[in-house]
Amino acid sequence: MENLDLIVGEAREVFAAISDPDALEQAKARFLGKSGRITELLKGLGKLPPEDKKTAGAAINCAKEAVEAALNGRREAIRLAALEARLAEEALDVTLPGRTEGRGGLHPVTRSLERIEALFRSIGFEVADGPEIETDFHNFTALNTPEDHPARSMHDTFYLQDETGQVADGVLLRTHTSPIQARYMQAHVARYGHLEHMPEIRIIAPGRVYRVDSDATHSPMFHQVEGLWVGEGISFADLKGVVADFLRRFFESDDLKVRFRPSFFPFTEPSAEIDVAFMSGALEGRWLEIAGCGMVHPNVLRIAGIDPEKYTGFAFGFGPDRLTMLRYGVNDLRLFFEGDLRFLRQFV
Amino acid sequence: MKFSESWLRTFVDPKLGSEALSHLLTMAGLEVEELDPVAPPFDNVVVARVLEVNKHPDADRLNVCRVDIGGDEPAVIVCGAPNVAPGLRVPCALPGAVLPGGLTIKVAKVRGVESSGMLCSAKELGIAEDASGLLILPEDAALGRPLRNYLDLDDGLFTLKLTPNRADCLSLMGIAREVGAITGTPVRLPEVPAVPATIADRREVRLDAPEACPLYCGRVITGVDAKVPTPDWLKRRLERSGLRSISALVDVTNYVMLELGQPLHAFDNTRLTGSVHARLARPGEQLRLLNEQTVAIDPDVLVIADEVKPLAMAGIMGGEESGISLETSELFLESAFFSPRAIAGRARRYGFGSDASHRFERGVDFGGTRRAIERATRLILDICGGQAGPVVEAAAQLPARPAVRLRTARATAVLGLPLTADAIAALFSGLGLPCEREGDDFLVTPPTWRFDLEIEEDLIEEIARLHGYDNIPAPAPRGRLAMMGETEAARPLQRIRQILVDRGYQEVVNFAFVEESWEADFAANGQGIRLANPIASQMAVMRSTLIGGLVANLQTNLRRKQNRVRLFETGRSFRRVAEGGPVAGFHQPWKLAGLAYGGALPEGWGAGSRKVDFYDLKGDLEALLAPLPVRFERATHPALHPGRSARIVLAGKEIGHLGELHPQWLQKYELPLPAVVFEIELEAAKAAQLPAYAEVSKFPPVIRDLAIVVDQNLELQAILDGLKGRLPGLVKDVQLFDVYAGIGIPENKKSLAFRIVMQDTQRTLQDSEVDAALQQLMTFLEQDFAAHLRA
Repeated sequence: MENLDLIVGEAREVFAAISDPDALEQAKARFLGKSGRITELLKGLGKLPPEDKKTAGAAINCAKEAVEAALNGRREAIRLAALEARLAEEALDVTLPGRTEGRGGLHPVTRSLERIEALFRSIGFEVADGPEIETDFHNFTALNTPEDHPARSMHDTFYLQDETGQVADGVLLRTHTSPIQARYMQAHVARYGHLEHMPEIRIIAPGRVYRVDSDATHSPMFHQVEGLWVGEGISFADLKGVVADFLRRFFESDDLKVRFRPSFFPFTEPSAEIDVAFMSGALEGRWLEIAGCGMVHPNVLRIAGIDPEKYTGFAFGFGPDRLTMLRYGVNDLRLFFEGDLRFLRQFV
Repeated sequence: MKFSESWLRTFVDPKLGSEALSHLLTMAGLEVEELDPVAPPFDNVVVARVLEVNKHPDADRLNVCRVDIGGDEPAVIVCGAPNVAPGLRVPCALPGAVLPGGLTIKVAKVRGVESSGMLCSAKELGIAEDASGLLILPEDAALGRPLRNYLDLDDGLFTLKLTPNRADCLSLMGIAREVGAITGTPVRLPEVPAVPATIADRREVRLDAPEACPLYCGRVITGVDAKVPTPDWLKRRLERSGLRSISALVDVTNYVMLELGQPLHAFDNTRLTGSVHARLARPGEQLRLLNEQTVAIDPDVLVIADEVKPLAMAGIMGGEESGISLETSELFLESAFFSPRAIAGRARRYGFGSDASHRFERGVDFGGTRRAIERATRLILDICGGQAGPVVEAAAQLPARPAVRLRTARATAVLGLPLTADAIAALFSGLGLPCEREGDDFLVTPPTWRFDLEIEEDLIEEIARLHGYDNIPAPAPRGRLAMMGETEAARPLQRIRQILVDRGYQEVVNFAFVEESWEADFAANGQGIRLANPIASQMAVMRSTLIGGLVANLQTNLRRKQNRVRLFETGRSFRRVAEGGPVAGFHQPWKLAGLAYGGALPEGWGAGSRKVDFYDLKGDLEALLAPLPVRFERATHPALHPGRSARIVLAGKEIGHLGELHPQWLQKYELPLPAVVFEIELEAAKAAQLPAYAEVSKFPPVIRDLAIVVDQNLELQAILDGLKGRLPGLVKDVQLFDVYAGIGIPENKKSLAFRIVMQDTQRTLQDSEVDAALQQLMTFLEQDFAAHLRA
């Protein structure tokens, strides 16, 4: 009988020299195939005397297992090598830019408006909207600004032509978002006026407004956000509290200085201008006029059908364009309305 | 309102610097817009007199001057000014002086001649722009007197941005009153004794419109010399208040207006016939005004007229013919009260305004009408000489001053500020408001100069102002908590914007007024809503579509080498309608519009070079509107390529359009590649559906592909619609996955390949029933669309 150890040693050598999986399977046949050497030995067992069969059989099987182990070991090594090679081949330049569909972005003023809406929603203000071609009544008269009131010259109003080319009567492009106040209050009274205690009105009304004006700080179309809180016992102190809180949250600056100084609007009394001063940055320490506000004028409440003895309220109007300019350091209002992607993409 | 601080301080002189005073005024509601010094800082400049002028021995353009600077010895000063001459009084900077701009004056040799000072022009002192020669001072200027002191150069120029309610502060006297109230400083108002008549000349006055003009004082002054120069002190005060000096008589009327707030008018008395009437204009009346404009006067305009003709638009502007000139020697001086309602808006209607109309339409103190005419008479007599006749006064019912009640409890409630009645009493007294106290109530009688105190809130504002807005607390708000509705059946605008942003679109905001041609091109709208007063002709029409703005944005960006552009905008659009919503005659729906141009993907190593097309935007819209069942139907639109445009339909209603921009617009707007645009009703996009559950099958689906050949022109939607309701029950989904025409397919035909998903929730499907379902499907397709199986 051949030396089993030699066969196993030879098989190991033969397998180790092979790196191709097909060649390995062919080499396997030489030892374990139908006429492989181990197989031949097993076939020869029958010729042995019965007393030797058991020991020889065990030895051969042991050798067979060793050859199979060598084969499997080699198979695994070859598989791993092949995997290594494939992985190396498949390596990417991970620094190439990712595939993209491109990114869009919100308009910077929209960013501000969304933040303003979120801040006010957090204390229960709903968002209201109103028409931009507005009636003279809602834009002025309902706001305690009758025809020929000197305050009308504070607004340079755009008027419309009628179909015959004449100046259309009673309509204009709204000069502020305040007419939404008037409309909302009227609707509120229509809905709740029969109640002993009407629910509070808490709204903000963002929108586009129009004035005959155009330079680096004025645009013939710009944005405003109107705010209104009407209820029982609403005071000027509440107005100060809400507005100061808003401004500090909006600019994310707890040390922002906010001051109120007397002013005049026909639809509020007492009225105030709101100034802010930043404690750092390019505008540090300068008072910047940022909004107008005041207690809703009793005539405005009365025109809307609300009893000013029972209900009081405040209103304010911010310029979100200006808030946006201050927040991001934009120095020319006109950039907001030019649609230049190089500008707009900075706010993605 | 501009004024000089030193003039104000002659009335009220609080112990405060200019800046502190300015801050107090601003915080009291008289916003100081500007505060400028009259002259920049300099010192050691005195009034000097040129004694002698000799040519410089070594320099043609220089003179060597001997100058009296008020000391014992004349100074020798080299001077290059062309207007230097013996006898002139001029400013002289002495050694040690530092002039604006940093020039330091020293004793120094100028071309070999020692010069101990410098004679100055107005520009060198920073007082004015005139650099043509020395500043010539009046002959009576005291030699050696510091120039700052002599010309009152330490004065400050205040510019107030007054709100329309504070007409009482359109005068030095009014501002002084206010400063007195906010600083607690006593106010010395000018004493104006009556000027007795020395002649009997008079002109009668008739109040024909007593509501519009309830008080009129007139006076004849004769023998005046209109040509005398205005005194420097008066001229300086005018100029520092922003008014030009015109002539002594005009200057006096302007001066009194600034000082007391009462606009005056002087007529040439020789041009007047008979008595003077304050009346409404008569139909057809015309007047040539001092601004050389001839206007037809509307019948609601108050005029001052004599017996035969209108002389002036009362309180607005005088007429040219009756006006005074340097030749005038006889005046008729007017001081009147015109009711704000009679003046308001009239000047604006004619396109001009005046200092007088500005004051009258806001309200002039009707308690000071007579004082002003006396004050002006005094100044005219002093400056121009002459004799004054008696004041003729016509009076009717002056504005009533009903007392206004203030309740302490109301004031504290509105302000959110605990104030006692005593504290309020003290504030009213500081303001000089006459009031009676009834317990915790006050009955306040508004003074004749305050037109803004009519209701309780006006008084509450006064209290807040005087107390100081800064001293009102700013607590965190308290309110009733109630949750706000949050419907799931609508999507907020934020969500819609975000979907587009996530798909690569940049939001823009465009003007709502556009070029008329955009409306014609992109909306075939020839009846746009035109502005009556557009800011420019290319911003003259209200847009009915947002597409024009997006195309203009595209042009802007292409010029700036941005070659892949994706934009969207949300905004209102405007159309005339017969009825209309909140504003009759106008429909103003919100629109959402988008535009894409250039590469389907941003340029990059991994992106192909395919350009964006119809189907890219259709995909974006489907994603935006999902899961709403929208349909796209072939349709034409003025902005769009007729073969590549669709109407978007939701629940049978058209909600917008999608398509490639029409080639003629690509050419007109110089767009080298096709642009794809869409515009939909924003409200439609906001709609959402509440999800509804359907049972999910536990059994495996059977998926079969079916390729058919149909006519080239057959639209997919027709097939899908045809199958609707006729599909075998086990067919759950039919998806198109391939469209092919070309080799292997007959001409004018195309192949459509569908993936058919079949499933049952209760059991596994048998091959036989699947085959039967497919056969049924195929039969429909053959019958209705002449389709056959692709070989």
